[in-house]
Amino acid sequence: MKDENKINALVNSAIAPSGRQEYTITVYTENQIGLLNRIAIIFSRRKINIDSFNSSPSELEGIHRFTIVINEMEEVVRKLVRQIEKQVEVLKAYFNTGDELVWQELALYKVPTDAITEKVKVERLLREYGARVVAIRKDFTVFETTGHREETDALVKVLEPYGLIEFVRSARIAIIKTSAGFHEKLKEFEAMAPGTEVIENTYLDKNEEVFSM
Amino acid sequence: MPQFTDTLPQEKTSAPIAKEIVELSGSQAVMQAFLAEDVETIFGYPGGAIMPIYDALYDFTDKMEHILVRHEQGAIHAAQGYARTSGKTGVVFATSGPGATNLVTGLADAIIDSTPVVCITGQVFAHLLGTDAFQEVDIINITTPVTKWNYQVTDASEIPGVLAKAFFIAASGRPGPVLIDITKNAQIQKFNFEGYKKCDFIRSYRPKPLIRKSNIEQAAALINAAEKPFVLFGQGVILGKAETEFKKFIEKGGLPAAWTILGLSALPTDHPLNVGMLGMHGNYGPNVLTNECDVLIAVGMRFDDRVTGRLDKYAKQAKIIHLDIDPAEIDKNVKATIGVWGDCKETLPLLTELLQQKKYPQWLDRFTQHKTQEEETCIFPEFNPATEEISMGEVINTLNDLTKGDAVIVTDVGQHQMVACRYAKFTQSKSNITSGGAGTMGFALPAAIGAKYGAPQRTVIAIIGDGGFQMTIQELGTIMQTKLDVKILILNNRFLGMVRQWQELFHEKRYSFVDITSPDFVQVAKGYYIDGKSVSEREKLKDALQEMLDHKGPYLLEVMVGKENNVFPMVAQGTSVAEIRLK
Repeated sequence: MKDENKINALVNSAIAPSGRQEYTITVYTENQIGLLNRIAIIFSRRKINIDSFNSSPSELEGIHRFTIVINEMEEVVRKLVRQIEKQVEVLKAYFNTGDELVWQELALYKVPTDAITEKVKVERLLREYGARVVAIRKDFTVFETTGHREETDALVKVLEPYGLIEFVRSARIAIIKTSAGFHEKLKEFEAMAPGTEVIENTYLDKNEEVFSM
Repeated sequence: MPQFTDTLPQEKTSAPIAKEIVELSGSQAVMQAFLAEDVETIFGYPGGAIMPIYDALYDFTDKMEHILVRHEQGAIHAAQGYARTSGKTGVVFATSGPGATNLVTGLADAIIDSTPVVCITGQVFAHLLGTDAFQEVDIINITTPVTKWNYQVTDASEIPGVLAKAFFIAASGRPGPVLIDITKNAQIQKFNFEGYKKCDFIRSYRPKPLIRKSNIEQAAALINAAEKPFVLFGQGVILGKAETEFKKFIEKGGLPAAWTILGLSALPTDHPLNVGMLGMHGNYGPNVLTNECDVLIAVGMRFDDRVTGRLDKYAKQAKIIHLDIDPAEIDKNVKATIGVWGDCKETLPLLTELLQQKKYPQWLDRFTQHKTQEEETCIFPEFNPATEEISMGEVINTLNDLTKGDAVIVTDVGQHQMVACRYAKFTQSKSNITSGGAGTMGFALPAAIGAKYGAPQRTVIAIIGDGGFQMTIQELGTIMQTKLDVKILILNNRFLGMVRQWQELFHEKRYSFVDITSPDFVQVAKGYYIDGKSVSEREKLKDALQEMLDHKGPYLLEVMVGKENNVFPMVAQGTSVAEIRLK
């Protein structure tokens, strides 16, 4: 299992020599106008590029969930997450590497219809990549796939020789493997007295490792 | 003069938290909120989009005082000064568009210096939002990075709830500025006011992180085992109203303590364990010994770069304990061995409880040795200059003799600020008001106005350079109109001194645009019906300062000081605190 995780980690979020790595930040917030800007400027102020940014409802009514992907060093990400959590309307923010998540991105491909009808190979390719047809018109056909970036990217490469007209990929959405959802968490947040779990001091949780006399 | 009487029906004003539902306009609801929040002083400037609120205020002038400033930046700096001396939240009114944008510098100053301020800005009618209407500015988006929270109200019924949140957020946890933008229609709109309920809980907002017992225990163990412990304290001690707790903490542990300029006055300057000022122009000992101590205990401070100098050479030998209410501050600049999250009002007593009663005479001696060296090289020559020109340090030293450290000192930004912070004596907390993190020139004059309103019984002295004074000089008009007893002490070196000092030291004396001309400040003050005087001779200095202090009402004293004096010691940018130079 451990090895599998390691392999996944390598595949999903290869650590660049700079120490940068792909991190997915999940933020639970109140649904409030202006909050998107408040979160976005935490990155832009530090000149950090956002690779993908998704905002959607969560499993709880009235609670919004942001999924943000960036390429950064762990230390930077940790600080960013604290700055995000500091915002009044943010309930909680988490950061994870790819191996700690189940994640998907949706991609749409527009290809000339005649290329598909005439070339059997294209059809086979599409089947291979698990692409589904979304729309068929005389002049073009739209396919969709969902998957990891390498997968959706790979299909772009494959379709390019057949006259790929348009390609678009959605922001990432991700589920944290170990998460028990936000229902219990929200109860804690709604309680006047914070529970012990509310303050997740990731650094202090490793006291034995860092504390030495 | 109109009679300021309360013209609203009695039940509306005398029962702010009325049980029965009354119909109020949005603007009247703002007044109700202010009554419930105990707002006594508002700094503001009216304009088109905030007129309904000013109209409502007209009925409440017996309950709250409105100070008409001369520029909105003056309003927010005044509110900051008010908050800093009173410990309450400062309140500001400004109109839409330029009125609101003029607040931005003050908001930036307030957020970095954690000052609780609530700003109410008028906004164009909701139906005009986004149409480039007259005096329409997207102030919410402009102020997002410089506010702890902001919100635009477009419906009057939101006002009680939003204002309750605003006051709660501004003052709780790590304080900060909040801006509430209210569209004109919401100010006029009538709604059923169901009473005002103060806010003390927002589910997504944790003003105080939970204190962990284990952190306290580990911190105490580290301190008890230390041989050369050293405490750094910041404004957190003042904001947490934890001055007593802090004093007990260092006294029990026998811990030498040095301050950031915002922490100054939290501990009396003559306290035997107060070893002085940190940072770029701080004292010699605290800077050098930061890199010699074995346990560094930071209380309510954020390791600003002006305090730490070069980070990769900062206290590398020490175990670091960091107490802060804002979790984002811990490990931000300096990695903590033990981070103690929480309000220092609560964490300090817990920590003190576990401390052993100790004294470190040899370690304290190290501070004394450095102090002696600094006194010989820097302080004695500063207080006793060999030239005829008065030095800034001399002025502050003389002022100390006269005020005995009881005055509130408000400083601007630059050389005079560093000198005043270095040498001014303080006996009580909330006495040093300065623009620290933002370094806002022009801060002092309006902040002094607010400081006086926040502490009316105290002597308030604004110490300002000739450059910064000209940035908000128009607030003399506010002083004229209010006849507010603020003393203005201008240290005039006929230069933008701090920039000039850097140009001398690091740019081969290429004095690029630092040679600033000033008007006759005394005549300017006279134009505002404020008395004043200018002195340039040493023998007249003390009497002139005494005259300023004795004067009934506002007074401006200009002291002509040495043109090319430098502030030393100095930790040059990009160097380590241990490399602090004495000259």
